Amino acid sequence: MTEEVKNDGQRSSAFVVSPQKRKMQKLAKNAGETLLLGIASFVAIVVLFIFYFVAVDAIPYFQLRGFTEFFTSTGWYPAGEPGEFGALAIIYGSAMVTFGSALLAVPMGIAAAVCLSDILPFSVRQYAKPIIEMLAAIPSVAFGFFALVILAPLLQSNGGPLLMWTWWVLAAPFLLLAVIVAADLLSARFAREENRRKMALLLQSLFGILAVLVLYVVGTKLNAIEIITGTNALNVSIILSFMALPTIVSVAEDALQSVGRELREGSYALGATRAETLLKTVLPAASSGILAAVILGIMRALGETMVVWMASGNSSHIPDPWFNYLEAVRTLTATIAGDMGEADQVTGSARYHVLFAMGLLLLVISFFSNLVSERIVVRQRKILSGQ
Amino acid sequence: MKLFSKFLMGAAVLGVMASGDASAAGKIVMDGSTTVGPIAKSFAAYFTKTTGTEVTVSESGSGNGAKSIINGTCDIANMSRAMKDKEVAAAKAKGVNPVEHIVALDGLAVVVNPGNRVTALSKAQIRDIYSGKITNWSKVGGPNAQIVKIQRESNSGTQDTFKSLVMGKEYPISKRAESQASNGAVKNRVSTTPAAIGFLGLGFVDSSVKPLLVDGVAPSAQTVKNGTYPISRPLFMYTNGQPTGVVKQFIDLNKTSDGMRMISELGFVNK
Repeated sequence: MTEEVKNDGQRSSAFVVSPQKRKMQKLAKNAGETLLLGIASFVAIVVLFIFYFVAVDAIPYFQLRGFTEFFTSTGWYPAGEPGEFGALAIIYGSAMVTFGSALLAVPMGIAAAVCLSDILPFSVRQYAKPIIEMLAAIPSVAFGFFALVILAPLLQSNGGPLLMWTWWVLAAPFLLLAVIVAADLLSARFAREENRRKMALLLQSLFGILAVLVLYVVGTKLNAIEIITGTNALNVSIILSFMALPTIVSVAEDALQSVGRELREGSYALGATRAETLLKTVLPAASSGILAAVILGIMRALGETMVVWMASGNSSHIPDPWFNYLEAVRTLTATIAGDMGEADQVTGSARYHVLFAMGLLLLVISFFSNLVSERIVVRQRKILSGQ
Repeated sequence: MKLFSKFLMGAAVLGVMASGDASAAGKIVMDGSTTVGPIAKSFAAYFTKTTGTEVTVSESGSGNGAKSIINGTCDIANMSRAMKDKEVAAAKAKGVNPVEHIVALDGLAVVVNPGNRVTALSKAQIRDIYSGKITNWSKVGGPNAQIVKIQRESNSGTQDTFKSLVMGKEYPISKRAESQASNGAVKNRVSTTPAAIGFLGLGFVDSSVKPLLVDGVAPSAQTVKNGTYPISRPLFMYTNGQPTGVVKQFIDLNKTSDGMRMISELGFVNK
């Protein structure tokens, strides 16, 4: 009360303004709004201009050579006479390393986000998150150097054992969890407590033996693999997954945090365990944000240039068999970077324009994935608010 | 442009345009090979800085360099091969007397991992390896391991040299060959990959990789100079008649210590 009285004098001067001052304020407001609008539309226009200029240089390629060769041939001899511009193997290489890195980064990233937001105590989380986000601050050429100078020789000399140990470390806890859950679920059918416990024990030991067998057989198979060249799709996928990880963790963790205490506490109040709360309440509620995180992470991997140029081997062929991650591949981004040096001397030729065609393809892909993710986020929000 | 070159051609035919004319104007025009281009460019930068003479360098390929000197549109034609008899005849018919100057030598070492027991390959074997016909080291006296072929990106002059001196037009390099962006990256890959083969400019070879004998000859400045090493070639500059004035001064740069330093810094061999 007393404060209000005290402020009374100030308030009158703040709220009662002369017409002149009001005009000035209105002008300032309009000017500020115009400026902000200008900046916002400038950004939008820049995006449009990028599209325009890339397309202007990309379209002559398709006029010169048509679509068939670019999308269906694997013969990439841009410097040949006559040149061949089959980009199929290169498009496939891009898809391959992007998929590989997503396969590694998405489960790891979401698991880390869940752990950060719901499992670790606040004091640990406070330090863990900035450390993970620091991965994003490492320049990509440093990642590339690591991939070329350390990871590639390591894969060549100790590839098999390395794969086996990775398999054990990743698969063993997962299989253990799967065995327990599967045994519990199957034995839950028995009505009597005693039978249920016996059945669970039986199933657990049965599945346990099976799991160890799977671990062992796959492990020895992996151990026997000899990696001939370390600059391959696997190397790049691993490095790219680490580069995509901070994006995924950070955005997904924010999404999980924004779910709020109310939903979690409501779930606990209904008698759900922490696992049930996480899997059935928190993750579905945050799914749109997590999806956005995943797509952002995948875009990061698709657009990365330096690492793939240095460490993918850059050989433009489709691996044999097609899922062989241990062979060298070539990506769209690396091709643009690698072949651009010569392009200024042959401006106007197919060899120059084909690089822009690749750039346009990358732009179109990322544009559509952003569009799709936006759509899913909107729909998810509608469903959640509708319930 | 076409009209312009036609005009110049006519001028050359009439003998109005002698080689000294352009240089008397204090300007040197060069055209030709992309391989010789780097030498021409760094000579040009040095020459303009020290003498003030303007030098323009276009890189349109050796064939176009020959055309330019025949048509009198350049003072110096850069070529990574000697002029063909046909070209010399065409020049003579137009009253141009092409004089060749070897400015530097270009040699490539074929290198493998030091742990590889292969020490020598023939040029034909190297070609078969890169074209994908030979895929295992055991076929050429090495261990039973798949060969990892490493090449340069398509915009590299080293790649051009390798393609023209080893592969030839009818043997494309296999799609499985990996590409690296620089001599250093190739060297790094070969030194860390037991089954790798790669090629480097002679100046880049060090103890981390093992250069192979090619057709029984070890790559060195010596063997490149005396012409016994097969993956090497002289690099030419052609002038119309014996050069005089600034053009002579420019071409003689390759005999000066600064010129020699520039040549070896670019990975070429001094003659």
